Parts: sequence; structure tokens; C-alpha cells
Amino acid sequence: MNYDQLLSKTVSELKPSGIRKFFDLVGEMTDVTALTVGQPDFVTPWHIREAGIESLERGKTYYTSNAGNLSLRSEISRYLQRRFDLCYAPADEIVVTVGGSEAIDIAIRALIEPGDEVIIPMPSFVCYEPIVRMSGGVPVIINTTFENKFKLTATELKAAISEKTKLLVLPYPNNPTGAIMDRDDLEAIAEVLRGTNIAILSDEIYAELTFGKKHVSVATLDGMWERTIIVSGFSKAYAMTGWRLGYLCAPAPLAKQMLKIHQYAIMCAPTTAQFAAEEALRNGDADIEYMAEEYNRRRRYIYSGLADIGIECFEPEGAFYIYPYIGKFGLSSEEFCSRLLLEQKCAIVPGTAFGECGEGFARISYAYSVKHITQALEKIEAFVKTLK
Amino acid sequence: MDKILKALEDNATLTPEQLAVMFDKEQGAIKQLIRKYEEDGVILGYKAMIDWDKTDREYVTALIEVKMTPQRDRGFDRVAEKIYNYPEVQSLYLMSGGYDLCLVIEGKTMKEVAYFVAQKLAPIEYVISTATHFVLRKYKDKGVIYGAEQVDERGISDI
Repeated sequence: MNYDQLLSKTVSELKPSGIRKFFDLVGEMTDVTALTVGQPDFVTPWHIREAGIESLERGKTYYTSNAGNLSLRSEISRYLQRRFDLCYAPADEIVVTVGGSEAIDIAIRALIEPGDEVIIPMPSFVCYEPIVRMSGGVPVIINTTFENKFKLTATELKAAISEKTKLLVLPYPNNPTGAIMDRDDLEAIAEVLRGTNIAILSDEIYAELTFGKKHVSVATLDGMWERTIIVSGFSKAYAMTGWRLGYLCAPAPLAKQMLKIHQYAIMCAPTTAQFAAEEALRNGDADIEYMAEEYNRRRRYIYSGLADIGIECFEPEGAFYIYPYIGKFGLSSEEFCSRLLLEQKCAIVPGTAFGECGEGFARISYAYSVKHITQALEKIEAFVKTLK
Repeated sequence: MDKILKALEDNATLTPEQLAVMFDKEQGAIKQLIRKYEEDGVILGYKAMIDWDKTDREYVTALIEVKMTPQRDRGFDRVAEKIYNYPEVQSLYLMSGGYDLCLVIEGKTMKEVAYFVAQKLAPIEYVISTATHFVLRKYKDKGVIYGAEQVDERGISDI
């Protein structure tokens, strides 16, 4: 068989995750103190798990409607109104998806044709660029900077826009930097977009995890709702990663087309997860509060711990990552992380995993217990001492 | 400030330095606060949660229901005091419902516990009757689950 001839060129040419080798190495080692994972260390709260179990006991094992149970979409609508002042109609502006990831996929696929440009601020979650490429689109990367607190600025956006620009990805609160965009930052972006026909894919999966400031959705700004697709889900806010449940919200003419892709590719999101998610939205606000408070303590703790070691960081304001600058030690990100792993058995993710602009940085997740973080900080300190 | 108390209840090994950072307060203020809690008897002590079943130690735990007649003017307090002064008594509660006092006692053997009930507890004046229940297995205590392996099942490479 000639597999090269069989395989799609676009897919074959996609770069595999650049840090495969690094993670393979982590996987081979034992007793590693890892600060690598991008998911909560909490188990899904019991009342939410119980709702899933109960749905199974009651025999709710069929497909739901393509867009998801209407009762769940109604809860999503109420939740978004309650917590973020967002207004979406359950009937035709909300689609329940298999995690936020599927929502990103169908949103991009519904909009992008060969040659269309999509502006993506980096560093960010790794999936936007490959999905754009699979649609034949052209990713236009904006490298956000430490100096600008990893925010997207109006100037950078203006410079990146061309006649072919169709979509702006807005990945805030940001993985891996922990940056957020507050109302003023968003207003500047909105000003650039008003009067254009450019859409926004606002990935708000970490919206519940902001510290000190409440998350503002770009869709609440004048002239933005009609161009915004919000992607969110249950994974981060309710510690429900394994349930694979997310959703997108968009004006009906857009949602309708995205739903078509979802219908052909997926049929509907998992039914059990939908019932659990409904319970999460109805009675889970306290769980969010509790977990966010825990993350906030760890955030302060790790930020201060890294500072004490002499590692400079941007103080993260959202998500559960911190993105220290390690360039001053004279090693590349990957060298730094590989040596930290081999010499101290401590794993953190090289910044280059999130784009070339991640060189000089590393991502540390603080979705771990204080004890675990303390242990990791000791190892990082011991390692850094050998470099000075 | 209740949040700091709660944090200490969950993990008493947190140092004032750590708490100060986590709660964005001055270290001095945290130290002072903890001292005040200790002086006021809000914080009574710091202990480790130990799963003795994972050690060689031989012991049994029993829960004993006690029915008694309250004393004039003193109610149950005098007898309660007499009972809790025995070092083998781990906990003692005044209960509503079918009996009056509930005590948790630890001994080396069932025989030792039986001896305590027969020789020390039952003869106390005002005690009418006792019912002893031995603990077969501890699943959870003070919010901590016993016997469960703590393994981080999350993959290491998801980003």
C-alpha cells in the first residue's frame, strides 16, 4: 500500500504536537512530580455524578435532539444570563457539543473556506491552527508579549487584518499564559472590528476561573454579539473533563450551519453527560466558587514561590496556569524542561508547545495540591541553583 | 477570616508564611490571628490523621450509647466530665433521641473495652444502661476517606 498517496496532504502536513518527544520521556519515567496537566484535580462534585448515574438508572440511554436536550440548553441560557449577562435563545442559538473542542472545530469549519484568514493570538491552546489548516484556511499568528501581559492589542489586530480575514480567535482567559482581557482591553478590540464583517470565536472555557476580576465576554460589547461565537463547556468550571461536554452559542444563522456539521459528525453529545451537566448548572454555582477559591490560593502560592526562587513571571489572572520566563537561564525551553525532568524528576511543559513564541517560557499548571506544588517548587529551586 | 480557619482545619501543616501568600495577607497578621484563635480556644490543637490499619498497631474502636438520669441542677455535665476524663474515651457527645450520651472509645482489645464498660462506665451513678457497638471498619473520618489509594489518574500529557 502507498499510504502517502492515500492520506490527505493537508492532514499529513499538519505538524504533530512539537513536544511529543518530551511527553514520551515523561511517560517513561516513574516518581515524576508533574505540573503538566490541563485539567482540574478535583473529582466532579458528587451531586453532579449522581445526576448522571440517576439518568442511567432511569434508562435515559437514547440519543437526544441534535442540538442537545432543550432542558439543558435552557439551563445554559439561564446560566449565561445569570453569570455573564449574555443572552442566547435555547431554541436556535445554543448547540451542545462533545467538549469545547468540538465546538471550536465545527465553528471554524462552518466559516472557513480555502484562502480565508483566521487571526490567532499565540501562545494559546494548540488546536486552533490545525483546524484552520484542515479547512484550507490560513492562520495569521499574532504573538502576544510578556510586556503586554499577553493580551491582544488593537494595534496588533489592526496590523493583522487583511481583506481575507474572516475570523478572530479570542482565547481568553488564556491557556497557557493565564492572561485575561478585561472590558477596556476588549473595547479596544471591538472598536477595530466594528464596521467589518469579521467574526469572533471567543473561547471562554476558563470564564469561571478569573481572579480578582470577573470575566467579561466580548459578546456583551456593542456590535459584538452578532459576530461572536462563544465556545465554552463544563470541563474546567465543574471539573468534568472526562464527561466531554461543551457548547457553543452563536446567532441563529451561524448556529444553524454549525449544527449541521455536528449532526453529521456526532449526532448528539453524550446523553448521560447532558443530564449531569443540567444538574451542574442548576445547583453547581457553589462548587464553582469553592474550586475557583482553591485555585486562587494556589495561584498566589506558586507565583510567590517562583518569585522567591528568582524566576520572573507574569502574574496570571485566569485559568490555572502560570507561565514563567525561563529564558534568562541560557537554555532553550525544551532543554530547560528536559533537564529539569532528568535531573530533578519534575515535569513542566515547554512554552514552545504553544507556539514558537513560547520560546523562553514554560507552562506550569497549578491544578495540584499545595503539597505537590511545594515539592515541585523545591525541585525547580534545586535545579535552578545548578544553573547559576 | 473563617476561610483561614477552614484552610487550617483541612491542612494544619500550612505555615503562617504559606497562609499569608495564599490569602494575600501580611504574615504578621496571620500569626497574630492564629495566636488569637489559640488563646480564645477556637483552635484547640493540631493533629495528624492516621490510618492505624496500615500499621502494626492492634486496637479496637467502639461506640457506646449511654442512657442516664440527669442530676438535679447539673443535668448531664457532671457525669459527662467524669466519663471524658478517662483517657481511653476519644469523643463524647450529648445526644437527642433514644439515648443520652454517645462515646467513642479506643482500646487494645475487645476485652479491654468490655472491661471499661463493665468496671468503669456502667457503675457510674446515674448511668441506667449502656449499649456497646464495635467499629468493624472506618471508611471516612473528619472528611478524610480511609483506605483509598491516592493516585493521580489524570494523564500527564493533555494540554
